[in-house]
Amino acid sequence: MSGQSTYTPGSGFARWFDERLPIMRLMHDSFVDFPNPRNLNYWWTFGGILSFLLVTQIITGIILAMHYTPHVDFAFGSVERIMRNVNYGWLIRYSHSVGASMFFLAVYIHMGRGLYYGSYKAPREILWILGVIIYLLMMATAFMGYVLPWGQMSFWGATVITNLFSAIPLIGTGVTEWLWGGFAIDNPTLNRFFSLHYLLPFMIVGVVILHIWALHVPGSNNPTGVSVKDKEDTLPFHPYYTVKDGFAVVVFMILFAYFIFFNPNILGDAVNYVPADPLSTPPHIVPEWYLLPFYAILRAIPDKLGGVVAMFGSIAVLAMLPWLDRSKVRSAVFRPIYKQFFWIFIIVFLILGYLGSQPPEGWYLLISRIATAWYFAHFFLILPLIGLLETPRPLPESITKSVLGSAAGGAPSGSAASPETKG
Amino acid sequence: MAQSDTVDETRRDFLFVATGAMGVVGIGAIAWPLIDQMNPDASVLSLSSIEVDFEAVEVGQAITVMWRGKPIFIRHRTAEEIRVAEETPLDILPDPETDMARIERSQWLIVIGICTHLGCIPKGQSIGDERGEYGGWFCPCHGSHYDTAGRIRKGPAPKNLYLPPYAFLTDTSIKIG
Ligand code: HEM
Ligand code: FES
Repeated sequence: MSGQSTYTPGSGFARWFDERLPIMRLMHDSFVDFPNPRNLNYWWTFGGILSFLLVTQIITGIILAMHYTPHVDFAFGSVERIMRNVNYGWLIRYSHSVGASMFFLAVYIHMGRGLYYGSYKAPREILWILGVIIYLLMMATAFMGYVLPWGQMSFWGATVITNLFSAIPLIGTGVTEWLWGGFAIDNPTLNRFFSLHYLLPFMIVGVVILHIWALHVPGSNNPTGVSVKDKEDTLPFHPYYTVKDGFAVVVFMILFAYFIFFNPNILGDAVNYVPADPLSTPPHIVPEWYLLPFYAILRAIPDKLGGVVAMFGSIAVLAMLPWLDRSKVRSAVFRPIYKQFFWIFIIVFLILGYLGSQPPEGWYLLISRIATAWYFAHFFLILPLIGLLETPRPLPESITKSVLGSAAGGAPSGSAASPETKG
Repeated sequence: MAQSDTVDETRRDFLFVATGAMGVVGIGAIAWPLIDQMNPDASVLSLSSIEVDFEAVEVGQAITVMWRGKPIFIRHRTAEEIRVAEETPLDILPDPETDMARIERSQWLIVIGICTHLGCIPKGQSIGDERGEYGGWFCPCHGSHYDTAGRIRKGPAPKNLYLPPYAFLTDTSIKIG
């Protein structure tokens, strides 16, 4: 889809500039005249929502960093000062902490969209893997950010997560002490987490640029999963998708605003408003909601190393997905069996999330073991098998045909040449 | 002509490999300080030994002291706790170790109070704490039970509570580290 450039500089200066640094041309070709499938639904707006959220996190984060003190004796107090004394500090901080939750909500929907419509399949494997990398960076960023306020959950969450590395045979203890800069979580740890929490979002920006670059080579997938065949299958990004994305961002902001203004702490754990105490572990350690499914997988395995391997494996397996799903048909719309297993998988993932918040005993433990087994079976057993056994429904000839039905068959060029007139 | 070509080629190969090897050594030499700076520094390491006097700790009581940022559990065991610890058969232990191997003087059990699973602090130091099914400590994070010798008996923790290096100075005081 990276066709001929359609940019025409509007002024003498623009032409002069374009000959020296064609950045306006790049912007025009990527976000104004870029051809997108004409049938994208609202699930495709989450990329725009995510970009909006990334910028929000960076702006609110830079402001927080102006008032925050990364020291074990002052961190908790400085966050409280942000909340009580700094002008609009409460707004900035709640935007940042709620923003992290919204970021994960959006990324889960975005990834679920990819799973449902087969967006990870050829030729978009690299695009998908870059997405998995962004997701990993997001988890690392959010984890380290959560340590900064230095509450009880900050401290003990960090203890449990960094101790995961002690499961590595032979070098485990060395690696953990290297991460801590001491023999336990302490000031050196807080300092470096702050430094890295500041850095990683900018690395995410870098990978997002690669992600969009990789997207713009084949172009977007679409709800039918059928590739774009010619120009009439597409619409220019601007104004069609700038407006659609913009509208979705505004609707999403309503949800975001609800949490910031009416329920800012519901997504967090109240225990984190107790200052960190290295001598007493809170009775119930849970990570933030967005990490719960993986926490459940960690605890489902009765062996320390095994649990850690399963937890990291459950994310790594996503990167292998393009090669585990053997079906040539992308969209679940035309895959009757896959569609059912997709929804079962979503339910299993949600159940794991719930179990991650519960103590690992009795029924909870049993069900989390079954759900963990299902999680892996979905990728290693179910997907490859469905690929072999399923008979997909007939695919539409083209995107335009699927949108306009047989009308398009009669006068394909007429209807698509001026899609603007179509309501 | 042909001959000088071959000579050149081998010389180039040599230069190429030698340069590459130097480059790798150089990158390693630069990378190491950048990595090692994150390890515990001298001021952290120098905090490595403390002296503790526990004369006031009665039978059945326990105290916690900090050593290298870690809690150290010092427990004055009862005769019954000692007996149970000594009589536990080794073959039912996930991480077999005799009680003898874990103590200097049998009434004083001294262990690092960090769950060997993922680093929480087990409960059982204060009166009224839940002590788990084996009367030692119980880690609430993911449910590990330790016995009265600090050995793991049940739950995800793989190892017994670690022992700090220590030596008795008098009958009721030790030096840790
Ligand atoms: C990918 C983007 C980011 C994510 C997902 C993220 C996530 C988080 C989270 C979950 C917290 C803890 C919130 C709380 O409970 O208080 C936090 C705190 C913090 N973040 Fe970020 N963050 C991001 C970007 C940034 C950036 C770019 C900066 C600085 C330039 C920054 C600076 C801070 C500071 C100073 C705090 C501590 C104050 C506080 O706890 O509210 N963050 N972050
Ligand atoms: S940290 Fe103690 S059981 Fe997991």
